[in-house]
Amino acid sequence: MRLKTTLIAAAAATAFSVGAHGATLDDVKAKGFIQCGVSTGLAGFAFTDSDGNWDGFDVVFCRATAAAVFGDPNAIKFTPTTGKTRFTALASGEIDLLYRNTTWTLSRDVDLKFSFLGVNYYDGQGFMIRKDMGVSSASELDGATVCIQTGTTTELNLADFFRANNMNYEPVPIETNAEAQQKYLANACDVYTTDASGLAATRATFEDPENHVILPEIISKEPLGPLVRHGDNAWGDIVRWVLNALIIAEEKGITAANVDSMASADTKDPEIKRLLGVEGNYGEMLGLSADWAVNAIKTGGNYGEIFEKHIGENTAIGLARGLNALWTEGGILYAPPFR
Amino acid sequence: MAGEKSVAFVAEQQIPPSPPPVRTGGALGWARDNLFSGVFNSVATLLSLAFVAYILAMVVPWLFIDSVWNASSLQGCREVDDGACLAVINERFLQFVFGFYPEELRWRPILAFVLLFVAIWPALFSSAPRKLLIFSALYPLLAYWLIWGGSLWGPVGAVVGIAIGWACIRFLPPLLARGRLDEGLAFLAAVGAGILGAALWWLFCVIAFEEALSTVLAISLEPVESARLGGFLLSTIIGVSGIAGSLPIGIVLALGRQSNLILIKGVCVGFIEFIRGVPLITLLFVAWLLLSYFLPPGTEFDLILRVVIMVTAFASAYMAEVIRGGLAGLPRGQYEAADSLGLDYWKSMRLIVLPQALKISIPGIVNTFIGLFKDTTLVIIIGLLDPVGLLQPIRADQNWNGIVWELYGFIALFFFIFCFAMSRYSMYLERNLDVGHR
Ligand SMILES: N[C@@H](CCC(=O)N[C@@H](CS)C(=O)NCC(=O)O)C(=O)O
Repeated sequence: MRLKTTLIAAAAATAFSVGAHGATLDDVKAKGFIQCGVSTGLAGFAFTDSDGNWDGFDVVFCRATAAAVFGDPNAIKFTPTTGKTRFTALASGEIDLLYRNTTWTLSRDVDLKFSFLGVNYYDGQGFMIRKDMGVSSASELDGATVCIQTGTTTELNLADFFRANNMNYEPVPIETNAEAQQKYLANACDVYTTDASGLAATRATFEDPENHVILPEIISKEPLGPLVRHGDNAWGDIVRWVLNALIIAEEKGITAANVDSMASADTKDPEIKRLLGVEGNYGEMLGLSADWAVNAIKTGGNYGEIFEKHIGENTAIGLARGLNALWTEGGILYAPPFR
Repeated sequence: MAGEKSVAFVAEQQIPPSPPPVRTGGALGWARDNLFSGVFNSVATLLSLAFVAYILAMVVPWLFIDSVWNASSLQGCREVDDGACLAVINERFLQFVFGFYPEELRWRPILAFVLLFVAIWPALFSSAPRKLLIFSALYPLLAYWLIWGGSLWGPVGAVVGIAIGWACIRFLPPLLARGRLDEGLAFLAAVGAGILGAALWWLFCVIAFEEALSTVLAISLEPVESARLGGFLLSTIIGVSGIAGSLPIGIVLALGRQSNLILIKGVCVGFIEFIRGVPLITLLFVAWLLLSYFLPPGTEFDLILRVVIMVTAFASAYMAEVIRGGLAGLPRGQYEAADSLGLDYWKSMRLIVLPQALKISIPGIVNTFIGLFKDTTLVIIIGLLDPVGLLQPIRADQNWNGIVWELYGFIALFFFIFCFAMSRYSMYLERNLDVGHR
């Protein structure tokens, strides 16, 4: 475990020295596409459709970034990464950007030397069990066997939680979500724990979701967001502001359907004008075209539209907006002003 | 009178043989001999039959009777019937076969696959026309060009590099030896010159060569990037190139390991032991991540190519040991006989030693092939979408959420067909070469 961390850190450190002068933005522009790391497959967040295109909540954010840079949401390639391989892949430069349910933590930011650029989903870690176990609270889980994805924050939270509550557990380490699902359904573990969004997504895939419950306790903060290597400031700014633009678009009621008419019609709201490139030279400041935000919004709509389409209450996953509602609507989604 | 009436007690014709008693002949007899030849065997037979019937009773209705072929989602399947939801395979079949290969270009990998059989035909069956071997030698170039597209001259240029290396190793030693160089040293020098020549060609001349020929005669196919390759296409590319590459390299390494030249021997032993001491997954990680640190930034070194190189290196090391086993199994007399005929090293190897050594090693060689083919599924860890890698994003699609057995079963079937074919072929080969009666 320690060896692995050291290795990742060493890799990250080397990449830092490489990355610092090999600016990713130039590389990306030169090769004409973005290499985006996503998960190996998590319902609602990243999957392939029948035509072989990647789609999902995280994937759309990658695509929106590509649309902002190149005006084309398909100027992108995806690399599926597991909990363990994602950081090495980013550090080594195999991917330019990671959008993979990744929690923003101090050590990942400082020690592994990545820049987190915001949060596209506020999550927390939960527990899923079979209903017939008759457990109604996480504090009754003493002695349980727990399926846990290696290389994740959830692995560490789990240990903390059980230690703090003086309970014992037996971990069943697994590599991917698909594997966890199998193990859990085959009764190889009593409990599956990961981000609550992931639990909901996983439970939605069961034949009998009604026989499984997600316990009420949320034991951690899991702000999930995009990240790039340290030192990639110009590139990171773009990723950050694409995410912010999609959130501001929701605030302002700009959707995939009306973005074109908003950009051409004479809107009163100066912030919309700035966002859609009608006024000011914000695109130029980022090194992008003036209509970068228009292209990003056209990809999959604003934040709210992306959410509803892939993981919202009308999908099989059925997540409520909760913390991820706009700050004006009782959530904590709050993008800095666009000026 | 006496002459007319023949003796009655001698039969005039042979009595036709009567069928054996029912209990020993026919199906019943066979069953008695093979299935119920004792109390213990009878019980075992009945238990096994019950087990097989139990499994079939579960699988057959699920797979054949209640299965659903046409639906657009798992929910759709379950509404129709409760058997296997084969609709997912129906919908994603082409994705499993080609990955994300552009639809209108899919004839190219298909053609490459068909030609693969033409190319391996002379290698597999001695009845094939020998001239086809030329085609086999050129096949890798052709397949690469068909699958990846681009200008034909790129791969041709790469092959010219190999040809330069080969020519040095082939023709330099006698020339050098004439110049009073010791034979071993001459050979070493030739190998060095070959590697150097090929490297120089690749580094400095290939691009110019490609551009020059492209202006003269532009033959090119629409390029397809590696990221679009996936599924069985990817496993087959990695598996077949690994297999095709590891056998010759393995032979060279095995011979090198027996060499009297300390340098060659050292290099071979070092390579074999190093590769065997490291798990394949580590090598794949090196190919994926560490190489980017060593290559100058901005170099495009195709990921699949890197993986193929690593897989081939890995399989070659194992192959070398398998063949070394075969070489060691040959009686010394064979080597001495070859020497006494006055054959030089290469001739004695090619005509006398290797044919026999390879013959003994067939089971081990095929074993390595099958292992290598199955190991291709490891590439999922480094983000390549082989069939198993495709399975996860497909299962994460909301329409197909929760499907397990159908997809894994389908992939298992594919691997089974490939591996079973290989093992059958090796049995055929053993029978044909009559290994038992050496
Ligand atoms: N947020 C945590 C956990 C992330 C995680 O691994 N999530 C799981 C389930 S929510 C996942 O994305 N699995 C998909 C996969 O296995 O590729 C972290 O960053 O360490």
